[in-house]
Amino acid sequence: MTLLVTVFAAVISTVVWYAGAYKSGMKVGMLCFMYWGASLMWLADAVFEYAETGAEFFTPSAAEMLNDFYLGLSVVALGLVIWVAVLLIKDPKGVVKAAILRK
Amino acid sequence: MACFIVPAAEAVIVSVASKLTASNEKEIETVNVELDGENVEAVKKVPFSRKLKWLSNLLWGGSGLLAFEHVWHGEVTPWFPFLTAANDSADLLSMFQEMSTVGVTMAAIVTAVWGVFLAVSSSAEKKASNGLLSAEKGR
Repeated sequence: MTLLVTVFAAVISTVVWYAGAYKSGMKVGMLCFMYWGASLMWLADAVFEYAETGAEFFTPSAAEMLNDFYLGLSVVALGLVIWVAVLLIKDPKGVVKAAILRK
Repeated sequence: MACFIVPAAEAVIVSVASKLTASNEKEIETVNVELDGENVEAVKKVPFSRKLKWLSNLLWGGSGLLAFEHVWHGEVTPWFPFLTAANDSADLLSMFQEMSTVGVTMAAIVTAVWGVFLAVSSSAEKKASNGLLSAEKGR
């Protein structure tokens, strides 16, 4: 479930990047790298888990699914927080600087 | 248990390699691309240091989010020895086993996907320079 949520986040951020965000200087590429990197790593984890548990891997209990979904959402939220923090620190459009200097 | 440490270690090495490569790259090569049969636009070739940065971004991003997952599951703690598996020798052994199997596979998959990126990027650059050569021959 965590893998699934992260893959959705990776696909959505890539579509946003492709739609023109790469020209906007909003650093959406960073989100793509983060989510794709995590998705690929969880994919490797899932392959090993599947090799160990077999078909049981696809039938998790409701409690496991809920916990993994909660974890997936938390991971996506953490990625977004890191992205916003980097965006505000690097301030490519000078918005933060302008807001601070404005009286 | 601590599988994210392997891609994180690779991320450190790749980041250092990227910085070293960037300092050795003197001039960015430009490739002229013919846009509409008449107008030619100079496009900067992606330097290898930037391509290495793609890999380090994938590795840092992925291992960072995976580290959070390990905190979630109580496998990483903010106090010494930081990894709960390090408290017990049996757990330590299975941690190293996981790092050498799952961790190495994670790093290998990410690197392989980056390799595909690299091939696509190089092919696009080759096509651009070949297009210019044929356009120049046609004139």
